[in-house]
Amino acid sequence: MTAFLKLLFRNRLAALGAVVLGLILVLVIITPLLPLADPNVTSTGDRFARPFTQGHLLGTDHLGRDLLSRLLYGTRLSLAVGIAAAVIAATIGSAIGIIAGYFGGRTDNLIMRGVDMLMAFPYILLALAIVAALGPGLMNALVAVAAVNIPFFARNIRGITVSLAGREFIDAARLAGKGHVRIILTELLPNVLPVIIIAMSTTVGWMILETAGLSFLGLGSQPPQADLGSMLGEARAALITAPHTSVVPGIMIFFIVMSVNLLGDGVRDALDPRLKSGALSRPRATTRVDRKDPAPTRPQQGALDLQDLETQFHVGARVYRAVGGVSINVAPGECLGIIGESGSGKSVTALSVMGLVASPPGVITAGAVKFEGEDLLSARYEALRRKRGDKVAYIFQDPLATLHPLYKVGDQMIEAIQVHHKVPRSQARARALDLFNAVRIPNAESRLDNYPHEMSGGMRQRVGIAMAMVNDPEVIIADEPTTALDVTVQAQILALLDDLRRERGLAIIFITHDFGVVAQLCDRVAVMYAGRIVEEGPTQAVLDAPAHPYTKRLIACVPELGGGRRRLEAIPGLPPVVDKLPAGCAFAPRCTKAAADCQRGEIGLDRQGSRAVRCIHPEEALA
Amino acid sequence: MTAPALRLTDLSKTFPLAKPLFAPAPPGVRAVRTMSFEVPKGETLGIVGESGCGKSTLARMLVGLLAPTTGTIEFGEAAPSPGDPAAFCKLIQYVFQDPISSLNPRKTIRQIMDAPLKQLYGMDRAERDKRVAEIFASVNLREEFLDRYPHEFSGGQAQRIGIARALAASPEIIVLDEPVSALDVSVQAQVLNLLADLRRTFGLTYLFISHDLAVVEAVSDRVVVLYFGAVVEIGRAETIFNAPKHPYTKLLADSAPVVGRPLTAPEQKGTELPDPLNPPPGCAFAGRCPRATDICRTEDPALRPMGDDQLAACHHPIED
Repeated sequence: MTAFLKLLFRNRLAALGAVVLGLILVLVIITPLLPLADPNVTSTGDRFARPFTQGHLLGTDHLGRDLLSRLLYGTRLSLAVGIAAAVIAATIGSAIGIIAGYFGGRTDNLIMRGVDMLMAFPYILLALAIVAALGPGLMNALVAVAAVNIPFFARNIRGITVSLAGREFIDAARLAGKGHVRIILTELLPNVLPVIIIAMSTTVGWMILETAGLSFLGLGSQPPQADLGSMLGEARAALITAPHTSVVPGIMIFFIVMSVNLLGDGVRDALDPRLKSGALSRPRATTRVDRKDPAPTRPQQGALDLQDLETQFHVGARVYRAVGGVSINVAPGECLGIIGESGSGKSVTALSVMGLVASPPGVITAGAVKFEGEDLLSARYEALRRKRGDKVAYIFQDPLATLHPLYKVGDQMIEAIQVHHKVPRSQARARALDLFNAVRIPNAESRLDNYPHEMSGGMRQRVGIAMAMVNDPEVIIADEPTTALDVTVQAQILALLDDLRRERGLAIIFITHDFGVVAQLCDRVAVMYAGRIVEEGPTQAVLDAPAHPYTKRLIACVPELGGGRRRLEAIPGLPPVVDKLPAGCAFAPRCTKAAADCQRGEIGLDRQGSRAVRCIHPEEALA
Repeated sequence: MTAPALRLTDLSKTFPLAKPLFAPAPPGVRAVRTMSFEVPKGETLGIVGESGCGKSTLARMLVGLLAPTTGTIEFGEAAPSPGDPAAFCKLIQYVFQDPISSLNPRKTIRQIMDAPLKQLYGMDRAERDKRVAEIFASVNLREEFLDRYPHEFSGGQAQRIGIARALAASPEIIVLDEPVSALDVSVQAQVLNLLADLRRTFGLTYLFISHDLAVVEAVSDRVVVLYFGAVVEIGRAETIFNAPKHPYTKLLADSAPVVGRPLTAPEQKGTELPDPLNPPPGCAFAGRCPRATDICRTEDPALRPMGDDQLAACHHPIED
């Protein structure tokens, strides 16, 4: 709650709205206690007195009634009616929306078509029709305004409910024996409530305006009772001769609606989880690089060389050290596997290479990425952009998320070619066709004209690979490219990648959590834990004789086909959170071999020939 | 021999398609084709298959979230009316694939744990607290977690809470739908071992659904292989992947990445699943099968015994 208020008041306009609305609310609440003239006592001798005359601070109206008193009592009424209408509309509308969304099917269809019919009328016409049917009067105006706004809530809440009703926790509640009523009240409602409040806060202003509109037309409050709309309506005749009689209620309406809307927008921004997570803030085109020390000047090894790379996420006061000094390189024609659990920093390492970590919150704080003798981290954006997808290409886990759903895959391939090379469209299409054949997509010619949703997961990932190959890159970074695929398809994709690197001398960095995949595809493997490399070496050597206790334990907990029924070796505990890393070895709290010296200070990566391990009590001495 | 914990008879599920305005209704998508099998008490039955093979539809029918189109589900002596979860939930419970999304984000763990105890057994506050404490102790969770909200937990902890909730209903059978596929390998092993312990302690029967053959082999007594909504092979876990009878089981086993086996794609063609809207006649696997002949493309093979304890639905099974 305090976090919400803090967030709300960081928005200056919302704070202003809250202050103005607060003042108005206080004023109308204490109105009966103030020494004011009776708002309904006429005195025709004093009619149209100007503001600041004796006894009438804001002057009087056409019947000589005190404007200040009428204004405050009128505001009181208008606010009460507006808020009451909002609450009624929200309650009924949300109930309709929840029922339609939860039951779905025919119920949903029936209810929502009815709501659609209501929405087909212009709202003021509908309100007029309702008042005409019920007769003029403030209560009837309230009913009309509430009824007119029910469809807005019903549609909004139904949308939210539909997405929630398909979630697993609703199934879980049914399996716990809960009935429909209980599920709606105790499972759905708490999740929908913030949305209802947001929708209400943004519509109260409208409701006040609409009530004022009806009163202005003489259909709302009846004389002598004052509300803001009827005050305006009565002052209309004297608009030229006594402008203050209409300006005063006009300004009040302006203040109320303005402050309610500003506050409502603020509440929405502060409550909406998408806005809170910063998803709508635009990240920069490349990751911010902020190096305290000069970049390493070691000469480049292999096709791509990461030197002491450090990437952090700065979220508020917290610093997450996602990548803490990683050095790896990959030679042409070689496949390097990076293996680790979620949160070990393997994906962030890969994304840092081409400056693809979202910034904010990501910051590269140290190290260098050497490619073609240059440091990519120091490169200007334009130079980096030309290399992205051209010299260094990525393959991501979910091809459905990386392909644009509205363009044909062939057109997306052609675009990728033409961004980097000035070639005619027909030539680009021929190249795309070649690549589709190279990644063994059957009927390549007709497949070019497919949309992504028309292809299976395996076919889409082939398109993803073909797209990465478009400009004959030197390095491909594949981030869990087969995790979302079925095993039979995974085997095909892995074989394809293996062929491609042998035929074309590609350097591949293959990120995965699966030892079986690493063993089959990769020449060398680097094991990451809590943002650092804990072991590196030729795949066979590491798998046969893991030196780091983490590697050994990790291999042991992966069941392997053909082992029969057995108990698995689990690693107790959880990986550490990278904003509070312990001193020394991050694995020590879960390690059976940990000694006092493990957590004392920095442990270096001990390199012996082709192998390296970051451990002072390794399982095997490195030869 | 005692009655099996679970018996499926001619179970199938067809999802109807919307009827076009001026044409007869299309036949519908057969997500699960007619299948019958039994699960003895105390057994872990693994169910494997690739995406789209009907695993999840089968699971949802078993726990009563979905009414079957044909067939019956019997639990020992009881046969609750299909499609009514309330009748099923004391007999069979479900553990979801995504542990976080199966917990209501706006409820404390205590409220989540209380729900089945209150709804199904009508326990009062004191009884509930005692029972929740017992369950939490059995899944190695600390009681201080009870007043926290789901987002404060890691995937592994949340999955233990999901298992604890299933246990709260005191079921005899638990359907585990990919219970570890969202977890990291080091945590996956913790959860699998916990499940094995619970099964022994409470005498549970498991249906363990997964796409990971190695995991299924490590935890199951028997394994059912599904393809395109139908059972293609049933056998003991130790033998089914080592000596498969059905070519599809062999393809699955050959595709699983194994340390020390050279990389080969067991099928080179870009083969895909058959179109569920327009299923082929005969064996659904015939289009991908190296052993397929004419009979496979016309006649649907029936499940028949092959060797001891193994059944396969194939016209040309692999003989060793």
